Amino acid sequence: MQLDTFQLIDRIVDLNIDAKTITVEAQVPQHHTIFEGHFPGFPIMPGVLLTEAMAQSSGWLLLGVMKFERMPFLAMVKEAKMRGFVSPGQLLTIEAKIEHEGSGFAVTSAKGRVGTELKCSADLTFRHIPFPDPALRVHMDAMARKIGFPLQAIAP
Amino acid sequence: MSSTFDQIATIIAETCDIPRDTITPESHAIDDLGIDSLDFLDIAFAIDKAFGIKMPLEKWTQEVNDGKATTEQYFVLKNLAARIDELVAAKNASPGA
Repeated sequence: MQLDTFQLIDRIVDLNIDAKTITVEAQVPQHHTIFEGHFPGFPIMPGVLLTEAMAQSSGWLLLGVMKFERMPFLAMVKEAKMRGFVSPGQLLTIEAKIEHEGSGFAVTSAKGRVGTELKCSADLTFRHIPFPDPALRVHMDAMARKIGFPLQAIAP
Repeated sequence: MSSTFDQIATIIAETCDIPRDTITPESHAIDDLGIDSLDFLDIAFAIDKAFGIKMPLEKWTQEVNDGKATTEQYFVLKNLAARIDELVAAKNASPGA
């Protein structure tokens, strides 16, 4: 996790375009200034960052399903549940699934675990649009390579 | 079996917390009911699921923006119900249906 730049996903473990599912890993840093305030003596990942991590996982899935032709943007968070504490140094594994593909929007469900323990879950709605700026597409391509996006999964 | 209008009125009432008895076939989803684009995503999701269709919201929006259609054609509820009936009929007529 690169908390300062909000790049929360480290690695794509599995992407299944046909099943419309993704599994990713996100290593919570051992040290970060966030933990100085959240909370002193009891550092835990803020729920908003867990929600964002679930959204970014869903986002990579949607990018894959849409073959990087459109960019998803988080529009709605429902049923966000922080079910357990996530501590510095823990490895978060997030699974996301597309529940519905609408016209210009998509709905996903996502779950985050540490080991086998469910830590967070949410239902997320995204608007998606053609890439609004070529620089964003270039950035997403670079990020995709960095986190091991399986480009062969979206090859024609 | 309830009508298409009844079903979408119930969806709108439940999704947007609007009293069901204020929603009529003549209601304009945006102008009369005050539904914004984000709430309409929720409604579209519920309608897509309930009717097994994919409402072409992007196409409709483009037609309105291009001046080829009015918002009334798609967002007055009796008209929306008619569009949904057309989409359901098209789905049922397709070879894979």
